Amino acid sequence: MRVMVIVKATQDSENMGKPKAADLAEMGRFNDELRKAGVLLTADGLKPSSTGKRVAFDGAKRTVTDGPFAESRELVAGFWIWEVKDMAEAVEWVKRCLNPMPGPSEIEIRPIWEMSDFA
Amino acid sequence: MADTDIHRSVETVFRIEQARLIAGLTRMVRDVGLAEELAQDALVTALAEWPSSGVPDNPGAWLMAAARRRAIDRLRRAKMQERKHAEIGRDLDEGRDAVDQIDAALDDDIGDDLLNLIFIACHPVLSPDARVTLTLRLIAGLSIAEIARAFLTTEPTVAQRITRAKKTLQESGAAYEAPRGEERARRLTSVLEVIYLIFNEGYAATAGDDLIRADLCTEAQRLGRILTGIAPHEPEAFGLLALIEIQASRLKARVGPDGAAITLPEQNRALWDQLLIGRGLEALARAETLGGADGAYALQAAIAACHGRARTAADTDWRRIASLYDRLQEVIPSAVVDLNRAVAHSMAFGHEAGLALLAPLEQQEILRDYLPLPAAKGDFLYRAGRYAEARAAFEAAAALSRNAAERNFLLKRAAACGPARPVTLE
Repeated sequence: MRVMVIVKATQDSENMGKPKAADLAEMGRFNDELRKAGVLLTADGLKPSSTGKRVAFDGAKRTVTDGPFAESRELVAGFWIWEVKDMAEAVEWVKRCLNPMPGPSEIEIRPIWEMSDFA
Repeated sequence: MADTDIHRSVETVFRIEQARLIAGLTRMVRDVGLAEELAQDALVTALAEWPSSGVPDNPGAWLMAAARRRAIDRLRRAKMQERKHAEIGRDLDEGRDAVDQIDAALDDDIGDDLLNLIFIACHPVLSPDARVTLTLRLIAGLSIAEIARAFLTTEPTVAQRITRAKKTLQESGAAYEAPRGEERARRLTSVLEVIYLIFNEGYAATAGDDLIRADLCTEAQRLGRILTGIAPHEPEAFGLLALIEIQASRLKARVGPDGAAITLPEQNRALWDQLLIGRGLEALARAETLGGADGAYALQAAIAACHGRARTAADTDWRRIASLYDRLQEVIPSAVVDLNRAVAHSMAFGHEAGLALLAPLEQQEILRDYLPLPAAKGDFLYRAGRYAEARAAFEAAAALSRNAAERNFLLKRAAACGPARPVTLE
C-alpha cells in the first residue's frame, strides 16, 4: 500500500529560512535507509506558509488569501510517499525518523486510496 | 503497550529486518537454511523479552545481536562435537577464532551482505522457479502462504521448493562465494531475470482469468528499488527498474471494467501513474549516466519511456521506438523482439512496412503458436483494409489464447472486421 507521511509544521518550521545543511544531511541518511529498503517513492519539503496562498470555495465564489496561516500544527512542512506492506510498517519506519523539528513535533501517516479499495 | 501491540510491533520490526538479518547470518554460517532458523530464533527471543523489557531503541541491532549469540553457540557446539577427542585448550582457541571471524564479518557493510544474499537466492544452480520462490521468501520477506497464493499453488509445494533449493545451495559449496568480475556480471543478469520474471508473472498472468496480479508487480518493483539502492553502480539494475516502474504506471489503465485488456493506444492516459513514470524516467536517466543506454533492459525502458512521455497516443514518437527496436534486435536478437520491431515499424512507416517485416517471421517455427504474431498481423491487415484476412488472423490469435478476457478482446476485433465467411464451430 501507498501512504503519505506528513511532517506537520511547527512555529520553528514556519519561521525558518532555508533548511540547515546538517539537518538536510541527517534527513538524507534516513532517506537512504528508506531507499535501500525499497520503501521511498518520493519526498519533498515545503516552504513556510508565508509563501503560500489559499483559495476558499463557497458556491461559485472563490476567495484568495495570502499566507502565513495560523494554527501551525494544522499546516504541512513536508511529506514522503512510501510503499509499505501495511500501516504497522509505516509506523515502524516513522519511529526510526529523527525528530524533524527542534521542538516537539508530529508526523501523520495517511493511506492513499488504491485501485483495490474500489473493487 | 498491550502485549498484542508489542507482538505486532515485534513482528513488523522482524519483517523489516529479516532480509538483512538472514543476509548477515548467511555470511557467518554459510547456510541460508540455518541463517533463517537463527533469525527465527531471534524473533522468538524478542517475542519473549520485549513485552517486559520494552521495544529496544535499535530493534534491528538487537535482533542481530540475539541471532549472533545463537550462531556462536551453534558454532561452538559443532566444534566441540567435531573435536571432542582433541585437546580442550585447542577447542577453546577454535571457538575464539569463530567469534573473532563473526565480529569481523559484522563490521562489514550490511548492504554487501544483502546483495550477496540476492546473488545466492538467484544462483544459477537453482531452477528459475526455485530462484523466484527463494527471492520472494528471503529478500521480499513473503510468507509461504503469500507465495502460494501469488502463484496459484499450494503451501506444501512452495515449502518443498524452498527446502529443496536450500539443499541444492548447501550441496553446491561455491554458492556462498561473493561473485567477482565477469562472474558477477553473469550472476547479476540472473538476479535481473528473476525480478523481471516476478514482475511479468504479475503483469501478464499466464494462468487464470485475472489479468493482473498487481501484488507481484509491487514486490518486483520493491526488489528493483532495493537492488538499485544497494548496487548503485549497476546500469542494468537501473534499466530494469526503469522498465518495470514505467510498465507498472499503466496497471490501472490496462484492464477495463469487464476485465478485458485495453491496448496502449486505447488506454485512458489520465489513469497512468505519473509518480511511477517520473521514477522510471529518473532510473532510465541514471542507467544512461552510468553508460548503460545500450543495455537490454535500458533499451526496453527507453521504449516504454517513449509511451510514458506521450500525452496522447497520437503524440507517440514511433520513429524513435522503431530505431530503439532496431538496436534492441542487435543486443538481444529474438523472434519476439523481431515481432515487436515489426509493430513499431508499422506504426512509424505504415502497415506495409510492418507486413514486410512480419512475413519472414511467419516462417519461424518458434513463433508458430505465439499469439501476438497473428494478433499483430490482424492489426496490420485491418489497417490495410484487408478485412477478411484480418478477421482470420484475429480468430487464429483468439484460438491461441489461454485467458478469457484476452480471447474476448480478440474475438471482438475479429467481429469488427465485418461479416465472416461461413465458419463451422466445433
